[in-house]
Amino acid sequence: MDEKRRDFLKITGACVLGFSILPVLKVSAKQVTQPPEKRPAYKDHPKALHGKRWAMVVDVKRCQEQNKKGECRKCIEACHTIHNVPTIPSVKEMKWIWKENFEHSFPGTAHEFVPEEFKEGPFILLCNHCSNPPCVRVCPTKATFKRQDGIVMMDLHRCIGCRYCMAGCPFGARSFNWWDPKPYLTQMNYDYPIRRRGVVEKCTFCDERLAEGLLPACVEACPAKALVFGDLEDTASEVRRILSKRLSLRRKFELGTQPNVYYLV
Amino acid sequence: MKIYDAKPILIGLLIFVGFVSMPFWLHGGKVSPPPDPKLDTPAIQILEKKECVASKEYMRTSHMVILNDWRTQAVRNSKRFYVTAGGANYPASLQRACMKCHSNKAQFCDTCHNYIGLAPYCWDCHLPPKQETAQATK
Ligand code: HEC
Ligand code: HEC
Ligand code: HEC
Repeated sequence: MDEKRRDFLKITGACVLGFSILPVLKVSAKQVTQPPEKRPAYKDHPKALHGKRWAMVVDVKRCQEQNKKGECRKCIEACHTIHNVPTIPSVKEMKWIWKENFEHSFPGTAHEFVPEEFKEGPFILLCNHCSNPPCVRVCPTKATFKRQDGIVMMDLHRCIGCRYCMAGCPFGARSFNWWDPKPYLTQMNYDYPIRRRGVVEKCTFCDERLAEGLLPACVEACPAKALVFGDLEDTASEVRRILSKRLSLRRKFELGTQPNVYYLV
Repeated sequence: MKIYDAKPILIGLLIFVGFVSMPFWLHGGKVSPPPDPKLDTPAIQILEKKECVASKEYMRTSHMVILNDWRTQAVRNSKRFYVTAGGANYPASLQRACMKCHSNKAQFCDTCHNYIGLAPYCWDCHLPPKQETAQATK
């Protein structure tokens, strides 16, 4: 009886030891036997930009100074030509990035004694890629969703045109295609799709350019370097450096959507 | 066996059979030619290995599966590049991969799709290469 009990304990001990080193064996075995590379496969561009919380800082002073030299619409033109955004001159206009005055950009913050040079702006407005986006909450098809890197993305293939997201967005950053946009496009970028009647579109922080290591088109086009793009979770990024040094405003922050576009004043 | 009202019924049947078989009468028994997708675009001619993003047999039957995967991966998972079984790297993009090589939409995609009466709605938004769009709007 005693003998058998000893044997049992020995075997149990050996088993426990074996199981405890199993993960180590598995890992080392993997390194030897792993196949070279599975194909076909999806890959990232070697230069792709990765972030955790993409954000933009708009230096309003610099933008204003550029505008004093003559009306500047470089960022808007760059964005709208690359993404085939039609020009429709009416209340049913399409816009991914646009200009506004102070009162319309920051309602509630504006009062009658705001400095004169501030009143007219211009303020460059675009989708805020909120950290707590109401448009994503209300979308019934998950056509608009929050990516890991903070971009509020639009999947036009799923959009059914219900416009809940437009009702949800407090910034008016979304545009609805009331008509076929084709007749309103003066030139077309054949490397990017257009949209069709009955879908909602907006700024995507140029996710297709980030994937190739390029900065958003508006940032690249700004002659005054008034737009700065970067990752807020990266403590060494330029956006963090600027925001820790200078006072900034966010549009309608009191609504709790946590917008990620900052305006330096 | 006696059929009541045989005359109108038989006439009605005859008209019915005539209508049902109308496609055969109208085309005189001819078979419409099978589609012949053209592969002679400039981009394909300068290829060293005349290879698509997958084997020809697979592409012929399942190109829509690849397209569907590409769009999910590119738009929803931000995986925008695709390495084929042969090791070639392409952007996972309808306009920037497929249509760069198959720049003759009218003689390629459309020949097959017209044959089976299919009109993918993709072209509402995805632009065929420039020269073709120019022709279409003329
Ligand atoms: C690198 C250039 C290239 C790209 C990119 C490419 N193709 Fe092809 N494709 C070819 C060539 C070359 C063939 C002929 C292959 C053969 O003969 O073996 C072909 C064949 C095909 C065929 C079969 C044609 C037939 O006659 O049966 C289909 C369908 C097709 N491609 C669709 C696509 C689609 C859809 C895409 C995008 C997902 C795509 N191709 C991307 C070059 C390309
Ligand atoms: C060899 C003939 C052939 C060629 C060439 C071809 N297709 Fe197709 N395609 C088909 C067939 C057949 C179907 C329908 C399959 C089905 O319904 O099951 C189809 C279906 C599709 C679908 C799915 C449509 C839907 O509504 O489900 C897409 C998208 C598509 N093709 C895109 C393309 C593109 C883009 C090209 C050109 C680059 C192309 N095809 C070239 C034969 C072809
Ligand atoms: C409502 C307009 C619309 C329709 C309809 C549409 N797409 Fe798209 N598609 C887009 C937009 C916008 C993108 C995003 C492009 C980007 O971010 O690079 C896209 C991206 C894609 C992509 C990946 C990126 C690229 O540049 O191509 C693929 C693949 C794709 N679509 C395939 C399809 C197919 C196949 C169909 C038809 C079954 C289709 N799409 C119908 C608007 C549309």
